[in-house]
Amino acid sequence: MKILVAVKRVVDYAVKIRVKPDKTGVDTQNVKMSMNPFCEIALEEALRIKEAGFAKEVVAVSIGPSQCVDTLRTGLAMGADRGIHVEASYSFLPLTIAKILKSLADVENPGLIFLGKQAIDDDCNQTGQMVAALLGWPQATFASKVVVLDKDKQSATVDREVDGGLETLSVDLPAVITTDLRLNQPRYATLPNIMKAKSKPIKKMTLEDLKVDTKSDIEIVEVTEPPKRKSGVIVSSVDELIDKLKNEAHVV
Amino acid sequence: ISTLILAEHESGSIKPQTVSTVVAANHLGESSSVSLLLAGSGSSLQEAASQAASCHPSVSEVLVADSYRFEYPLAEPWAKLVDFVRQQRDYSHILASSSSFGKNILPRVAALLDVSPVTDVVKILGSNEFIRPIYAGNALCRVRYTGAGPCVLTIRTTSFPVTPITESKKATISQIDLSKFKEDAVSRSRYVGQSTQDTERPDLGSARVVITGGRALKSVENFKMIEKLAEKLGGAVGATRAAVDAGYVPNDLQVGQTGKIVAPELYMAFGVSGAIQHLAGIKDSKVIVAVNKDADAPIFQVADYGLVGDLFEVIPELLEKLPEKK
Repeated sequence: MKILVAVKRVVDYAVKIRVKPDKTGVDTQNVKMSMNPFCEIALEEALRIKEAGFAKEVVAVSIGPSQCVDTLRTGLAMGADRGIHVEASYSFLPLTIAKILKSLADVENPGLIFLGKQAIDDDCNQTGQMVAALLGWPQATFASKVVVLDKDKQSATVDREVDGGLETLSVDLPAVITTDLRLNQPRYATLPNIMKAKSKPIKKMTLEDLKVDTKSDIEIVEVTEPPKRKSGVIVSSVDELIDKLKNEAHVV
Repeated sequence: ISTLILAEHESGSIKPQTVSTVVAANHLGESSSVSLLLAGSGSSLQEAASQAASCHPSVSEVLVADSYRFEYPLAEPWAKLVDFVRQQRDYSHILASSSSFGKNILPRVAALLDVSPVTDVVKILGSNEFIRPIYAGNALCRVRYTGAGPCVLTIRTTSFPVTPITESKKATISQIDLSKFKEDAVSRSRYVGQSTQDTERPDLGSARVVITGGRALKSVENFKMIEKLAEKLGGAVGATRAAVDAGYVPNDLQVGQTGKIVAPELYMAFGVSGAIQHLAGIKDSKVIVAVNKDADAPIFQVADYGLVGDLFEVIPELLEKLPEKK
């Protein structure tokens, strides 16, 4: 079985973002970029499934401008066997990304597609569900535990983090799984693996190759800063706190 | 404007987040009709449908899909169902709340319709213009939907509070004819089970008071202090990602970018440093109280009242001195 993992290059999670003064978006120039943390977890899980003997190959895919190759190299250094870079602009909507991934899946025929449940830039939480719909495959989103059963059964049992606790599903393969934070702790790429990754293949593809319709049905009107909370006060004792809550805020 | 809302219900009653979604639908424009779609099976479904019919005066119709296929909230049959209903009646908008249920199913629906959904809508500016948070709420993005198909939205319910309803009106209830509902030959996903935490406390997403603990609580045992305080104030218990990862409490109590978004009247954080991902989930709270040993903790920048101190001393004192809940 082959596993396809989609990895997105985003502003690093520790960076304090700045909204551009012209309100067209968030400043991504000269800002540290990294692999989306949820995608790292997705890749880690795919690697573990391969190491457990359930998969033969892990293929990492990144869609975006040329710098996405760096993200793919990180993935290859973690242990992915090869990369696919689909050259595209950053402004693609999740629906377009899903169509690109569907088109790749038609060529690659993976048994599983892993994605992070959301990217920490647009926070959309859509792509995995949409790829599953376009392929007509079952989906297991927000996974916190994945067990791939024996190869003959061709199914996976997945624990999902839902509002009321944990839900367990069993999905037949091929399937799409999106990963939540508690699924695993992604490994660090070691120096020898980083060196090795340099010789692993990354295939470049264009949208023309994949024949994907890139129409957009969402326009970004403006991006603004959220209203700031007014700064509060520091109280010196529990008594003062209770007094404020009672007589000033009227909440207890 | 005609809106279809994918409703959530549990043991015979409609969930509060669905009523908030109805409130949101009313912001889409004048003279909008709102249909609630309830799926499930058996008597608790019919009970929920009857309650849904009078849950909000703007609901004009309740559609009921009663079948074993909808016994569990599996995305595959449910997304197909929404598409099936949409083919029979035309809708301009399809909505669900931004719960784990809505976020699982609606993007799948949107892909079937070949439209882009808008997730986590916090403000509706018209029938096709919306505001949603990005970058963990550190920026707000105003988007316009320009597609030809139905506009698919998930609604952040804390942004659309339900005001008490005085008017009573009963919507019509119709059963959906599923004889032409085609499903893939064999069901390729199966529900195995769910582990839920039984709790007497109010729901985290809609509680008036939320008491949250961070990793500084140090153990499951110590976390019980947070629970006691919540009990005293009639509030819900929340936790940071660190506290959940450390195993002090189950995952469904996590508050933040990827957990629950809360907007209570009173939010009290104990031993919470205030990572941006956590702050994303509490920003709309009316009053934020922070107690932390570290005077430089970022949580103090958003707190209305901060107290620099040891939570192991502060909580017992609060338990002793706070008035009993009204």
